[in-house]
Formats: sequence, structure tokens, C-alpha cells
Amino acid sequence: MKFFWEARKVILPAVLVYLVLKAIFGFHLVSGYIEQITLFSFIVILTSLGLNVIYGYTGQFSLGHAAFYGIGAYISAYLSKSLGVESILGFIPVLFLSGVSAGLVGCLIGVPILKLRDDFLAIATLGFGTLVRVILDNSDRFSEILGGSRGFVGIPRITNLELAFFVTVFLILVTRNIIFSRYGLFWRCVKNDELASQAIGINTSRMKLMAFSYGCFLAGIGGALYAHLYTFLHPSNFDILKSIDFLIIVIVGGMGSIVGTIYAGLIWVGFIEGLRIALPADMLDLRWVFIPLFLIGLMMWRPYGLIRKGG
Amino acid sequence: MLMKIEGLSVNYGAIRALDDVTVEVRQGEVLSVIGANGAGKSTLLRTITGIVKPVAGTITFNGTNIKGLRPDKIVRLGIMVVPEGRRIFPDLSVKENLELGGHAIDDRSLKKELYTLILATFPRLKERLKQHAGTLSGGEQQMLAMGRALMGNPKLLLLDEPSMGLSPIVTREIFSLIGLINKEKGISMILVEQNAHMALEHSERAYVLENGRITLWGPSAEIKSNPGVVEAYLGV
Ligand SMILES: Nc1ncnc2c1ncn2[C@@H]1O[C@H](COP(=O)(O)OP(=O)(O)OP(=O)(O)O)[C@@H](O)[C@H]1O
Ligand SMILES: [Mg+2]
Repeated sequence: MKFFWEARKVILPAVLVYLVLKAIFGFHLVSGYIEQITLFSFIVILTSLGLNVIYGYTGQFSLGHAAFYGIGAYISAYLSKSLGVESILGFIPVLFLSGVSAGLVGCLIGVPILKLRDDFLAIATLGFGTLVRVILDNSDRFSEILGGSRGFVGIPRITNLELAFFVTVFLILVTRNIIFSRYGLFWRCVKNDELASQAIGINTSRMKLMAFSYGCFLAGIGGALYAHLYTFLHPSNFDILKSIDFLIIVIVGGMGSIVGTIYAGLIWVGFIEGLRIALPADMLDLRWVFIPLFLIGLMMWRPYGLIRKGG
Repeated sequence: MLMKIEGLSVNYGAIRALDDVTVEVRQGEVLSVIGANGAGKSTLLRTITGIVKPVAGTITFNGTNIKGLRPDKIVRLGIMVVPEGRRIFPDLSVKENLELGGHAIDDRSLKKELYTLILATFPRLKERLKQHAGTLSGGEQQMLAMGRALMGNPKLLLLDEPSMGLSPIVTREIFSLIGLINKEKGISMILVEQNAHMALEHSERAYVLENGRITLWGPSAEIKSNPGVVEAYLGV
């Protein structure tokens, strides 16, 4: 209860935003496509927030975030299909379990790799991401319904506005609470100066592992919501390019900024999808010219992200 | 005897940084370790604090073996270090830096007491509690690093080159604070310095470290007049 009382400043506007969205969707003021990418943007925000905890707050550079997003997506889809889950109520335990599974996998691979220095950690997480991609590509060998390289089809559509919105808001609040707790402070210390953190008695390996596992948990939840929004999964949705998307959002929004991640997630989805609408079909690939140009410009003018001015 | 280090050897890959080092720290004393660049002074402190693992030797503190313990456990036993180059958290405020130093202390009233004491010892910090630590002057940063370590209520304080990069005047100020803390709080200290003159002036006993080996030890007054030390470390 204390949690909700302290968060009232966030909850009230959030409910307002929800009501506005509900009205817009209810009266069909926008197309189903816009509705879908709106929900997708919440998922992107949630998943990017996970990476922001890992990289932005704790300084652990990960190139494999999409793998945990994928693990959450596949596990949730597998569970809801094999258990015949169709309602939101039945889906909530599945959602939670998928997040926990992704967090647990993060914890298991985090133990050996989080000892590594920045650049080696990048390579190790990249390797892990590639490994997951290969496993997903061959997943039909373990179980036919996972679909392998043909993709995982026929997932029930459960993610709706209420679920995507309130799960995201709730987890943003939880994350905010952790960030303002002593653990959040320790994470920032580890990022600032690992040796100094050790000198004052912070268990740095435990803090890194905690941040990494929690960030992967958020990615797993994001993945589960994604699977039940699009009802179709393909291994290519969870490869290195996707990881880089999340990385870009964290950097654009500003390392260690929750509000920044929210804006950047919205802008990113809006930008990519907006260009899809604005550009004629045969020029769609030009997106991959605009986006890098935008990033180069950003790094030159706002190296600390859109929200924060300085370091 | 507060701490006893015996036959300590440390390797970095193929490089031997410490070779069969034996050092004793007595209760309540300031002990200095002097040596040139790369002699292994910081390595000695990093090994005591558990950041570097030795290949041989023992370290006992208050009668318990602490070799191989994790750094955070060693801090909780009462050994705090003021690292080389100070290593304060630049983005955090002075107050936050101090509070972090005491995060492992559960006793709230003790924590408060330490905090008040430290601000009384370093009035310059008290005037700058809200300031970002990165904007402090070098001397103030050194005071903050010392204050942060003292917040951990150490029985043994390790100081790695507190004079580094400071003007002679500020160095003198820092050293007199070191002496004050030792006398008033009775905290034992290992003072690692390249500035042999200051270190010998402010310690009861001293060890000379050369290429990872202890070559000389004794009361600081004797070390100070040793012809070899005068030639190599004190200049003329
Ligand atoms: N992480 C490391 N990896 C490899 N070699 C190292 C490492 N740290 C220190 N060394 C080497 O170990 C030796 C001792 O280094 P140390 O930092 O302990 O010296 P120091 O006496 O503190 O010197 P200074 O006065 O310059 O601080 C040096 O030869 C150094 O190059
Ligand atoms: Mg040194």
C-alpha cells in the first residue's frame, strides 16, 4: 500500500493516459495498426528499461539483451499454448514465470561473464545472443510447436491495452523504487568506480549480477507481452539487430534515466513505424540511412542523450 | 599485534609484484611503507583488502586469517582503505560519498556519531555537503576519501599515497590530520608513500619496499638516518 501511496504522483497521470488511450481505441479514432504499435511501444519501453538498469545504471555493456526478450517470448508462448491459456487472468502467472525464467538464465550466464571487462563482456553477451538465435532457429528439434526457423505460430492474442499499459507502469514504478533504494545507489557506484565500490565494502559481483538478472527479468516480461500481441514469433526478431535497437533507445534516452527511456522508446517506435508510413514502399530501406544519420547527429550534439544535457 | 603478514607473495601473470613480504602492524601505531614507483606498495594494500589474491603467505588480523576473504567481508572486519588517487564518486554529493562509506554499519547511532566526528575533523567538507564530489579541490577530495573510509569505523586504516598530486602546504595539512585521527581515535594505520620524508616524519615504524621485497625495517627515526635511505629516498 505504501508503494502505491508513494507512487501516486505517477499513478494518477498514468490512469489519465490510460483513459485517453481507451477512449481513442474505443471509438476507433485510429487504425488497428496504430493501436498495435502503441502497445508495442510500451513493450519496447519496458524491455529497454531492463537494459538501462544493466547498462545505464550499472555500467555492464550487453549486446545480448534481445536474447532474454526472446527467451521470455518463447517460454510464455510455449506455456500458454501447451496449457491452453487464453484469458488475462490465466496469463499473468505465465507472464511472471517467463520473466523469472529470463532473469534466471541471465543470472546463470551472468556468474561467469560479469567478471569480464567491458569489451570482453560485450563479446560474451554477443556470443550468448548468437547462441540463443541458433537454438531458436533449431527449436523445432526439441518441440514441434516452437517452429524453428519457420517461426512460432498460433499464439493466443492476450496482450491488450490494459495488460500492456498497467504491467509496464507497474514495473516502471518497481524499477524506480529499486533505483532509489540502496541497491540502486550501489549499482551507480559500481558503474562509477568498481574499485572504489570494493574499497567501501560493496559486494560488486553480487550487485552486477542483481542488476543483470533484474534487467533480463524485465526483458523476459517484455518478450512475453510481445508474443501475445503479435501471436507470431520468428528467431530473427531476437537477434543482434534487436539488441542494438534496445541499446540505441537507452543511449538516446540517456544512460540511467527512466523518463529518458520512456521518451526514447516512444520516439523510436514512432520513428521507425512513422517512416514506414511516410516513405513509399520501394524506398522503405532508406530508413536505414535516416536512422544512422540521426544517431550520428545525436552523438555529436547530445552525447548524453535527449533528456540529459551534460555528464 | 593487530595484523601480521607473513611470507606474502603476489604475481601478476608472470610478474612477481610481492616476494616473501613480512610485515607486522601494532595496535595504535602508524606504520609507513616507503618505496619507489612500481615497488609494490599498492599491491600490498590491494592484497590486504582482498582485491588481489596472493600465491603464498598468510595475513592475520586480530588473530583471524583474512587471506582469501572477499573485499566486502574484509571491510566488515574493520579494515578500510583510502585508495591511490582517492577514487571518490565524482557524480555523487559529498554527503552521499560519506554515507556510502558507512553503508556496512548497521548501528544507526554509531553511524551518526561517526558522521558528526568526521565533519568536525574535516570542517571543509561540512561546508560542501551538497556539492558534487568531483568539483572538490585535490586536497578536499583527499579529505573526503579519508572521511568516507572513516565512516566505516575502521580499526585499521590503509592510506595509499595521500600526498599524491597535492602541494606541499596541502600535503602538510593532510598529514597533520592523519596524525590527529591516529592520536584522537586510536586508529592504527598503514601509510604507503613515495614521499618518504613526510611518511617517516609521521610514523613510528617504517618498512622499505624495493622491487617487491622488504629490504629494511625499523623505527622511523632510525630509517630516516640510514645512509642508503637518505641517498635513495630523501635526497639531499
Ligand atoms: N593489474 C596489474 N597487472 C599487471 N601488473 C601489475 C598490475 N598492477 C601492478 N602491476 C605491476 O606490479 C608492480 C607493482 O605495482 P604497484 O602498483 O603495487 O606499485 P606501487 O609501489 O604502488 O607504485 P606507485 O608508487 O607508482 O603507485 C609494478 O611493476 C606494476 O607494473
Ligand atoms: Mg601505488
